[in-house]
Amino acid sequence: MAKKILMKGNEAIAEAAVKAGCRYFFGYPITPQNELPAYLSWRLPEVGGVFLQAESEVAASNMVYGAAGAGARVMTSSSSPGISLKAEGISYIAGAELPAVIVNMMRGGPGLGGIQPAQSDYFQATKGMAHGDFRLFVLAPSSVQEAVDLTIDAFELADKYRNPVLLLADGMIGQMMEPVSFERSIDPDDLPDKPWATDGAEGREKNIINSLSLDPAELEKHNQKLKEKYDQMEKEEVRYETYYLDDADIVIVAYGTSARISLSAMELAREEGYKVGLIRPITLFPFPKEIIAKTSEKIDDFLTVEMSTGQMVEDVELAVCANNSSVHFYGRTGGMIPTPEEILAEIKKIGGGK
Amino acid sequence: MQVVAKKPDSLTDKDFHYCPGCTHGIIHRLVAEVMDELDIREKTIGIAPVGCSVLAYEYFDCDMQEASHGRAPAVATGVKRVHPDKVVFTYQGDGDLASIGTAEIVHAANRGENITTIFVNNAIYGMTGGQMAPTTLLGQKTTTSPAGRKKDIAGSPIKISEMLAVLDGAAYIERVSVHDVKHIIKAKKAIKKAFKMQLEGKGFTMIEVLSTCPTNWGIEPVEALKWLEENMIPIYKPQVLKEAGEGE
Repeated sequence: MAKKILMKGNEAIAEAAVKAGCRYFFGYPITPQNELPAYLSWRLPEVGGVFLQAESEVAASNMVYGAAGAGARVMTSSSSPGISLKAEGISYIAGAELPAVIVNMMRGGPGLGGIQPAQSDYFQATKGMAHGDFRLFVLAPSSVQEAVDLTIDAFELADKYRNPVLLLADGMIGQMMEPVSFERSIDPDDLPDKPWATDGAEGREKNIINSLSLDPAELEKHNQKLKEKYDQMEKEEVRYETYYLDDADIVIVAYGTSARISLSAMELAREEGYKVGLIRPITLFPFPKEIIAKTSEKIDDFLTVEMSTGQMVEDVELAVCANNSSVHFYGRTGGMIPTPEEILAEIKKIGGGK
Repeated sequence: MQVVAKKPDSLTDKDFHYCPGCTHGIIHRLVAEVMDELDIREKTIGIAPVGCSVLAYEYFDCDMQEASHGRAPAVATGVKRVHPDKVVFTYQGDGDLASIGTAEIVHAANRGENITTIFVNNAIYGMTGGQMAPTTLLGQKTTTSPAGRKKDIAGSPIKISEMLAVLDGAAYIERVSVHDVKHIIKAKKAIKKAFKMQLEGKGFTMIEVLSTCPTNWGIEPVEALKWLEENMIPIYKPQVLKEAGEGE
């Protein structure tokens, strides 16, 4: 096992990108993700890569489009307001079926919002990143080590599906220091060829990277092709963790930082005799709706905990609706972090379970 | 039998969709002839814009990427940083480059991004139906300036080449026109020089090409050539605006 080192989440994700064989980064400063580009600004040149601070998030995401279309493993990172600006490029990246990794270290919103951790971009990440009929693959780490592992997975998934992958974390994960190890290291020279990339049409037909289809029949065909990819993701790539589902009477559903805090709340509740379980989605798209649906066959009360006024809770409601389970919600937002005690109080309000 | 005229290898057989009398076709041909003459077709990646030349990716017979509106210089930056040994060019109109894409073109030029931009200025939005562009002349009638562009409402025509020429990263900026044979020959020379300078790693090069839009100007093609000469040339003077000397 590789040795453990203490690293800040943002820097650990940056190093994980390098370990994933990413050699190109285009970004723009925004709090609370600044350590990530700062790290890559010296680390990428060290391994023969390119770090470029763009003139705007809009430009950065379009640079990612260009580099991804040119065949490179490429990444950008930002935080909520910056992701809104990157949305233009991300839609084109999805439309042109380019692999790229985007990191969102969420902060409170809307508008300029604040700079403290939040989970209020769930809708944006999973439903409405930008115009057009497309999905991002969305991964939500709840520790620094998991952020490292998912970053490497993100690059592999992006290439596998030729689709943008979003690593959705929050300022807490980005700013927190934890021991991490880097088990994998990918040499970019060993990556499979991308015969579709625009790297000069030497001795072959020209390649075109494009998202325009003026013929509606063609565009519909393209949309259906994208849909098939998303269906395949839903079939094959769903990831989640579960705790105590065997004996639980109340099940918490939470992701990322909220899941970590909910785990503590779950332990506190169990000490007091409440039979609480937990489902932690790791992929937010594809969403682990089947395990939630299956769990709802025997569980009457779900508690969704988020650092928002309630976004993922809608997906939980959809997943349980066939069994008429109650979905309760507890959220803190605007940069406020729920405490285990607050969540415990919610569990007690729901009652039962004891 | 001797071939005296042929389609450049760097153009595909696809028919242009451009309106009769539009000079995009001439400019496409000039770029393709330069690619042929420099033997760079197989190492060139072109970036198409949004606007009338949005389908340029179908016409140039080299690798192409289609960018979102105004972002071609950012896309080109991404491509060039991955393949610094390849030739990268953007082909952009005045709505794309001089309006929505001002940030991208300014910063690509300022970074000295080693790419070539072909900036086609016809003083109007063509594809969307003849709206006022930042390059529209004062008094020029468009669908969004029906009484003619007024300075106190919409400002004056923007002179992008002059603006970019002051940036250290700009190695070569020239404005040319294609309204007559003499100017077309000059335009080709300028385009060739820009690509050559890119091959030599000199930095950012841009050729602004004054172009016609008979359809949206609402005049006959021949008259459009004359209109360009009489109305655009006095405002947008064809000239070398920047040429980085040796040792710079």
